[in-house]
Amino acid sequence: MNWPSRHTSLGEPKSKTRLTFARRLRTVAAVKIDWQQYDPGTAFDELIRAPGQPHSAAAALTRYLASLSPKMLESRQEAAERAIVEMGITFTVYSEGRNIDRAWPFDIIPRTIAAREWDQVAAGLTQRLTALNLFIDDLYHERCIIRDGVVPEEIVATSRNFLKACIGARPAHGVWANVCGTDLVRDADGTLYVLEDNLRVPSGVSYMLENRIITKRVFPELFQDSSIRSVDDYASQLFEMLNSLSPRDVERPEVVVLTPGIYNSAYFEHAYLAQRMGVELVEGCDLVVGDDDCVYMRTISGRERVDVIYRRINDTALDPECFEKDSLLGVPGIMRAWRAGKVSLANAPGSGVADDKVVYAYVPRIIRYYLDEDALLPNVPTYLCSEPDKLEYVLANLDKLVVKPANESGGYGMLVGSHATRKEREEFAPFVKANPRNYIAQPVLNLSTVPTLIEGKLEPRHVDLRPFILQGASTSVTAGGLTRVALRRGSLVVNSSQGGGSKDTWIVEAEPEAATQRRRR
Amino acid sequence: MLSRVAERVYWAGRYLERAEDSARLIDVHSQLLLDLPPTVGIAWPQVMEIIGLTDEPVRRGRAAERDMLKLLLTDEACASSVTATIAMARENFRTTRDIVPTEAWQGVNELHIFARTQLRWAVGKRRRHDILSEIVTRVQQLRGLLSDTMSHGPAYQFLCIGTNLERADMCTRIIDVAVASLLKDPERLQRYDNTLWMSTLKSVSGYQMYRQYVRRRIRGPDVLAFLFQDADFPRSICHCLAQIEQCMTNLPKGAALTRQLNALSKTVVALDVKRLDNAALHVEVDRFQLALADLNQQMTATWFSPVE
Repeated sequence: MNWPSRHTSLGEPKSKTRLTFARRLRTVAAVKIDWQQYDPGTAFDELIRAPGQPHSAAAALTRYLASLSPKMLESRQEAAERAIVEMGITFTVYSEGRNIDRAWPFDIIPRTIAAREWDQVAAGLTQRLTALNLFIDDLYHERCIIRDGVVPEEIVATSRNFLKACIGARPAHGVWANVCGTDLVRDADGTLYVLEDNLRVPSGVSYMLENRIITKRVFPELFQDSSIRSVDDYASQLFEMLNSLSPRDVERPEVVVLTPGIYNSAYFEHAYLAQRMGVELVEGCDLVVGDDDCVYMRTISGRERVDVIYRRINDTALDPECFEKDSLLGVPGIMRAWRAGKVSLANAPGSGVADDKVVYAYVPRIIRYYLDEDALLPNVPTYLCSEPDKLEYVLANLDKLVVKPANESGGYGMLVGSHATRKEREEFAPFVKANPRNYIAQPVLNLSTVPTLIEGKLEPRHVDLRPFILQGASTSVTAGGLTRVALRRGSLVVNSSQGGGSKDTWIVEAEPEAATQRRRR
Repeated sequence: MLSRVAERVYWAGRYLERAEDSARLIDVHSQLLLDLPPTVGIAWPQVMEIIGLTDEPVRRGRAAERDMLKLLLTDEACASSVTATIAMARENFRTTRDIVPTEAWQGVNELHIFARTQLRWAVGKRRRHDILSEIVTRVQQLRGLLSDTMSHGPAYQFLCIGTNLERADMCTRIIDVAVASLLKDPERLQRYDNTLWMSTLKSVSGYQMYRQYVRRRIRGPDVLAFLFQDADFPRSICHCLAQIEQCMTNLPKGAALTRQLNALSKTVVALDVKRLDNAALHVEVDRFQLALADLNQQMTATWFSPVE
């Protein structure tokens, strides 16, 4: 909000804190951006094909950036950072025994993807989620895929995310994972791989939306001249999808967002989505299951029935009657209500069985089995430590591999072998040996890079991409997604809780022939 | 509307109003001290008392003044400081940001940043007025923004109830302290009677409106009647109660509380403030404060955590 008394305009920094002053001192020596000097090394760069040669989707952007002086670029970065603080875009980290509300780290240089390429990716993501949902539904019913020997039974038997309480349940449209965040990475040869599927409570979409708002403020000129796909209908699509899950056939089903509360790292996002959809943001204590097995919320006029719950708390915290007895976040009896078909939960409990990293290795086979199609998006080659010969290979080649626990998220508990010390590798190996089912290994990919503003200069930094896929009565994919960037030189860890930042992601339509020619002349 | 959210919005309204009132009070009091010789004994402890910091030891001298202003303005550990009050307002807006217009949340957030970075400059005299009036202005802009962009549904009604309840509460505290000062030492203060009542009016932004509507020179009993009973002045106790009553009629299950408020309004209107001596006035103010506390409890029982 702009208060009259201290109206700020972009490109004209007013708050001269010590930090920005120091940064400006460093940039005095910097020169105008010269794409000839920018060298992504062996990695694939998302903007620049080779020194001085942008990809066609990035042509307008790189041309424009080259016209800015470093000082102008810096002042726009400052404007963006100020906007983030003033808009209150935060994430919460748990550190030194307390929760800290931190400003969202953001880099103003966008990442571009050609619309033609993106359409294929979106088709691949739709295909993948469709197959995964058929797979989950199958696991909780007939288990044809196990009977037919495509996926071994142990996978289900040993999965921490397979919930017995869900066997036989019938979520709306047969869809279990309604909201999926799939992480994509691009290797040095330019191929996009699926790194993992997040089918439980994927987060980040609000940052994708806010990143766009900030970028529009910072580079309005660019949106005028190029055709960049809009992202801002996500909330309407989410709302429509949730509506399509309602067990009652009423005109306006009661949809709510269930949050663990303000201390959760993604609380900002929960509030953001509830606000954008115009629905209530509830905590466990706001909900109660009646004797009729319906879920009600406590309102100022008494109890009101709830039809659809977009829950952002984990499966096992959902219902103390059913799972963790001491969970204060959940709602006693909610599983009973869900099984009785009185309320819809998105994502359905138990969906996590398919985002197990061991199941991941089988996804191409799962797609073939249910859809009779080849996977449009490739998997990263994956070694299952549960298979003895693979385990042996993994232990012998720890220095070349990334080893991940099958059930953790957020980059915790993993070992990046090439970056780890010998001692770290030796300490990690016994964990894998002791519980091989719980680990997978993948080759270290040389993640693609995007130019990133580091101390006044553009340097390549590694990125990934998390698009979001919604599936209810129909399926939709976001235009692009959340690009996360590892801000430390050479680092591959993009998680915001571990020093990562983010960027806006542009899906750029090809420039019409005429416009290109005009510019050439 | 969720009960939990209703309660937070109500407190958001209260804290925002408290921040504005405290900032104004400190500003006005600073001006007043410039007009009084130190011998009359009006100093910062009176403000501390209004704001509820009654346990602080009374000290005099310049260093003591600095410490007291730090406590009133910037001490984040002191729940009554302006900074802490704004932080509480922000926390309540943050945890209800799904129902509050985005611009309002941003405004509160910026107000919080402003308070945390600027209020320490108001401990000294030179910039105190600028900074405090900026706080007052920002809260007023926020309230205007909420009034003009937020649907006047239940959430807004709770916000307004919080605002008006806090405003009435603050008004009685200001009256109480003014009366108590005069009560303590009527002879010595007689000469400054006019200045003190003027300052009391200014503490609730009422000086200009009093001049315009009462059209009499400033006299204690008239000021009291104005602050208690004027039907049109938005910060008079009578007006605040009428506002709360209006809000409650727009809420479900509000009938019993509306009746209770109506009765309270009647007792305020019936007060013969011009006849009451200072001691009797003090008793009335006390009684009224208890009634407000009771109102708060009734609201909890009706809307925030009803027994099921």
